[in-house]
Amino acid sequence: MNTDHLISVIVRDEPRVLTRITALFGRRGYNIKSLSVGTTEHPGVSRMTFVVQGDRGIVIQAIRQLEKLHDVIRVIDHSEEKFVDRELVLVKVRVQTSEDRVEVRQIAEDFRARIVDVGRHALVFEVTGDEGKITAFIEQMRNFGILETMRTGRVALTRGSNADIPSHVYSGGPSRALEPLITPEVSAEASL
Amino acid sequence: MNGAQALLQTLIQHNLTTIFGYPGGAVIPLYDALTGFPEIRHILVRHEQGAAHAAEGWAKATGEVGVCLATSGPGATNLVTGLADAMLDSVPLLAITGNVARPLIGTDAFQEADITGITLPVTKHNYLVRSADELPRVIAEAVRLARSGRPGPVLVDIPKDVQLEAFGGVIPTPHARPIPPAPSEEALETALEALRSARRPVLMLGGGAQDAAAEVTAFARAWRLPTITTLMGLGTLPASDPLWLGMPGMHGSVAANRAITEADLIVGMGLRFDDRVTGKTSRFAPNARIVHVDVDAAEIGKLIRTHVPVRGDAGAAARWLTQRAVPFALPEWEAQLDVWRANTITHDTWSAGYAVREIVSRLNPDDVLSTDVGQHQMLAAQLARFEKPRRWLTSGGLGTMGFGFPAAIGAKLACPESRSVVIAGDGGFQMTAQELATLTKYGIGVKIAVINNSYLGMVRQWQELFHEERYSEVWLGDSNPDFIKLADAYGIPGYRATNEQELGSVMDAWLNSEGPALLEARVPNQHAVYPMVPAGAALEDMIERDPQEAQPRKEETR
Ligand SMILES: Cc1ncc(C[n+]2csc(CCOP(=O)(O)OP(=O)(O)O)c2C)c(N)n1
Repeated sequence: MNTDHLISVIVRDEPRVLTRITALFGRRGYNIKSLSVGTTEHPGVSRMTFVVQGDRGIVIQAIRQLEKLHDVIRVIDHSEEKFVDRELVLVKVRVQTSEDRVEVRQIAEDFRARIVDVGRHALVFEVTGDEGKITAFIEQMRNFGILETMRTGRVALTRGSNADIPSHVYSGGPSRALEPLITPEVSAEASL
Repeated sequence: MNGAQALLQTLIQHNLTTIFGYPGGAVIPLYDALTGFPEIRHILVRHEQGAAHAAEGWAKATGEVGVCLATSGPGATNLVTGLADAMLDSVPLLAITGNVARPLIGTDAFQEADITGITLPVTKHNYLVRSADELPRVIAEAVRLARSGRPGPVLVDIPKDVQLEAFGGVIPTPHARPIPPAPSEEALETALEALRSARRPVLMLGGGAQDAAAEVTAFARAWRLPTITTLMGLGTLPASDPLWLGMPGMHGSVAANRAITEADLIVGMGLRFDDRVTGKTSRFAPNARIVHVDVDAAEIGKLIRTHVPVRGDAGAAARWLTQRAVPFALPEWEAQLDVWRANTITHDTWSAGYAVREIVSRLNPDDVLSTDVGQHQMLAAQLARFEKPRRWLTSGGLGTMGFGFPAAIGAKLACPESRSVVIAGDGGFQMTAQELATLTKYGIGVKIAVINNSYLGMVRQWQELFHEERYSEVWLGDSNPDFIKLADAYGIPGYRATNEQELGSVMDAWLNSEGPALLEARVPNQHAVYPMVPAGAALEDMIERDPQEAQPRKEETR
């Protein structure tokens, strides 16, 4: 079954690390639907969040291949635990009449979308939320005419008080932090 | 001390003192530093591809990291084939390349190539070193990476000015040898249960199990498990062991392929179920539960469904299972295996198979046999009888023509007490034949056998079987060199055999001479290698022998 899978990858902040990771996906023909990358609270460590499409087997394979990369400290498969995820979208909506303007503003308020630019015939909204909310917002705006959109790609964190990377990984300073972590447990998978 | 000297000092620390390399502008500082390190033996090859394969030969014969060195740009790109080969065959390799000075990187400078970019998909990891001070740490890490988990090639690219930069640090002691993860007790329990209930079990051993040869052999014997060794695993179970069924796959034995098809349990250790081994995956071992033991989690379940995944060291798994052995007593299964085992091809008339059989039958258990790629390779894999691991060097995963001869050079230098013999085709030998100069320069006693069938034999075989005998661009007979004269041009003695008698009479002189020697076996050119599983077919669809055997084909005259 082809569904979206949300995966976070914690990596050493080295040149070409993004290429390494995207090349791994590309070579195997897995399509990356969205990707966001940023630094973390730890110097020298970045975090990427991917949305990959594919059946479960493909995603497990992708995760294991990722875990083999030297730059990869940890892979988090968000389907394993509860998580929060967000995406930021800029949407430029056409407003032709003053009625439109009122109506569009009303919808934006309901979605807690912010207006970040006001033009003569268009408004730019900033919306943050999970995928469902953003999709619903865009659907609402379609009636008026969407001129363009730009999405950041999803970001995600596991819920709860545990950090995705246990802090002891970092305790020895950056050098130990950059040791490839643990041996991933192989789960039984007759389904593969 | 400068960066180059720090690098060499680090290599000595790691006991990596043989380097196969070729100089150039971007590594002159390194070559300059070499003059101050007599502990390091540098072998000057004649093409960087030769350096990479020689380092692979070294690594395959010893299990230790092989080292090759090239200059920037064209030198570095010439290594790429060897790196890809090492990647697919899990060969631990350290490739060192020079690059243009840091300020020139990325400017399309003279002899600049983005080698870390180019080799990204064919290395386990690679580094662009940014200062002399980080060089020893990078090398130590690269060596550890090359060895750990599933071994593989790691490239370290060093800008020229980094080689010249002053080094102020200390050279760290090498990382401890990585210990492969032990499999979980839980997974082993499940594997044990699967073994206990099997009635038609088969053990399959790949190259990843060769360093656990003693443990896996003990395991096979304790359980009385019929055992198959893949192309990369030949020698992991001694060929003289009555449990051995041969090699599986495209040119595998009848016994191995039939056993896989009929098995109700397959225990695979240190192999990755390559498509040349499995044939059509959906019909691979259709009746079997599959237990797969591998250090590389990404291999488990990658190509075939796995019922019992066991992530970890094959040796540890084998030891655990040996302790709990309940020997099989399966007279029907064994009788069936014996029937299949008896189904072999004899090679009684003058042919490539005959020549290969005669050569391999004269080898001692300590001799290292390398091959190139093609029909002669498959014949050697079928006919040689290895009693030990790491005595068989062949390009399995990438199937790289040109591999065999330089690999044999690496093996001879790694194991000077052993004979190093290479069997090559007339096609593949010419891909790296310039390394004859390397033999001469250092007096390296490699014994070369060129099986000359005047064709790119394996391609010809496919054209014959699958393209209605349209022999497009595979004839070499009109332009091959005189191989004896070629050897002679480098000062190497040559022997020619064009029939059984000649082969018999030159064989000892060729094999037992002191230094390097070349044997050319001129064989009929129309033979094909059987058994054969056509590409994409299931193992059970194997063609057991030459369908035209009843009416032998006439020798072609061209
Ligand atoms: C570098 C490279 N180029 C092409 C091939 C494709 N190929 C596989 S086998 C073969 C023929 C080999 O001929 P030869 O070396 O004469 O050996 P033979 O099969 O006759 O024993 C070729 C061209 C290859 N494996 N490697």
